[in-house]
Amino acid sequence: MSGALLEVEGLAKHFGGFAALNGVGFSVGAGERFGIIGPNGSGKSTLMNCVAGALNCDRGAIRFDGADITRHASHRRARLGIARSFQVPRPFASLSVLDNICVPLEYAAKHPGRSQSNLRAQALALLARVSLDNKAQAAAGSLTQVELRKLELARALAAQPRLLILDEAMAGLASAEVDEILDIVLEINAQGVAVIMIEHIMRAIMRFSQRVVCLDAGKIIAEGAPGEVVANAAVRRIYLGA
Amino acid sequence: MQKWLIFFTVAALLLCAAVVATRFEGNEYFFFAAYVVLQFVVLATGWNVMGGYAGYVNFGAGAFFATGAYTAAALFKAFELSLPLQILAAMTAAGVLGFAVGVLTLRLRGVFFSIATVAVAVIIETAVLNWSYAGGARGMTVLSPDAPEGFATYMRWLFVVMCVLAVLAVAAARYIETSWVGRGLRALRDDEIAAEAAGVPTLRLKLFASTVSGALMGMAGAPYAFYLGFIEPTSVFSLNYAVSALAMPVIGGTASWAGPVLGAVLLASAQQVVSVTVSSELNVLIVGVLLIVFVVAAPHGILGLLRSLRKREPGS
Repeated sequence: MSGALLEVEGLAKHFGGFAALNGVGFSVGAGERFGIIGPNGSGKSTLMNCVAGALNCDRGAIRFDGADITRHASHRRARLGIARSFQVPRPFASLSVLDNICVPLEYAAKHPGRSQSNLRAQALALLARVSLDNKAQAAAGSLTQVELRKLELARALAAQPRLLILDEAMAGLASAEVDEILDIVLEINAQGVAVIMIEHIMRAIMRFSQRVVCLDAGKIIAEGAPGEVVANAAVRRIYLGA
Repeated sequence: MQKWLIFFTVAALLLCAAVVATRFEGNEYFFFAAYVVLQFVVLATGWNVMGGYAGYVNFGAGAFFATGAYTAAALFKAFELSLPLQILAAMTAAGVLGFAVGVLTLRLRGVFFSIATVAVAVIIETAVLNWSYAGGARGMTVLSPDAPEGFATYMRWLFVVMCVLAVLAVAAARYIETSWVGRGLRALRDDEIAAEAAGVPTLRLKLFASTVSGALMGMAGAPYAFYLGFIEPTSVFSLNYAVSALAMPVIGGTASWAGPVLGAVLLASAQQVVSVTVSSELNVLIVGVLLIVFVVAAPHGILGLLRSLRKREPGS
């Protein structure tokens, strides 16, 4: 896709003899809502780790906004506008909730050394956006599961991303909590942020995504509109159990 | 800003009190003992920049202390360099050592830095033992110059110099802790992958911390040869420095600049009292026992203990 925000081409990643990714390619447009589904072990998280820079790929290329970022360190990609949440929340446990937000505000948003009061005001505004402002002074390690998910979202937002990667951001949440997180993500997307959502909760994927890919054994087996992908015979057999 | 004003006001008052003490305190031993306490304040504060803020434990503090001490002594022997220049050179040498250890190990996560610091201590000690210019294993006598005008003895001058160094070290640590640098270090201590994803250049920050930490520990050792009038490997590489540099911040609390200061003042003072009243051989034993007690009973140190007591109060 020309003019795509993110372009991934022929990505391969091996762990010893195991091919976690085997020639994966796709693109995501600016402001697009992109879903990734697939069975456990299909390579979804590995793919996102390669895109975010937590893992180096063995082969292939990743371009962001036209620039080759294949060998960029994770923090450089964050500064370019790629933010992410983790499958298992990874808060800065000894820092307060507010300081968790200040870190990406200072580093990824490229304004180190800004005034502390301005920084805190911005961090509080972000926490308010995910209804976590009442916990601003609490230690991040003391939050509940849904609060941790919200903190991950707010921390990703603080990096002022153009592409937000959500790796099972709703895993383990109750139905109402899933809707709450989904509403927040849709609101973020409405402001022009492209979102890649990896999720097993099909209700969320169907409601959220404009385009979906299904991975299996490190390869894309289907791509298209959500309805088309879930109707795909291979997807139904391998992932949906139909 | 207001907190910095309070900090520097208190620091200035302490420095004035130190200068006044050199005029009126008659007991010379006071200055010998206070120098040691202040030296440990600098050493523990330096250690904490890497060990406390970034969470990378350095077991080779003695090597950085010794690098500072030997750099200063050798430069005095060669050029009769003044004490401030010796201190600057000692900081530079130990800072470069910290940077080099960081470059070699900090790309890897986990315990590799800690293991490397042990190796560095062994390598530096072996090099010093074979450095004939600095006296090798026999050591080297260093005759301190005349005391500057206004100071009755050179020891009193060294005490004031160490006071200034302690203030500088604590101010540097406090700045790092309260600035965006400190927040980045604490983030990478908690979770390096998440910190990178949040835009923190973890390798660069760790190298910075390793360099500053090394420079401060080297600074602590710079006046050592003048303090004893003699320098030799056995005492400079003594286990006491490596253990104390780690134990004092752990006992005081590694999360804040005040922790190493508190730990150093309490432990070094206790060591001085025990040295005079019981036995100097008990020094390391005291530190070791207290370290075990705190690691088990209060892993966040005295400051952490006080904080948790304060939290409990309203509900009780």
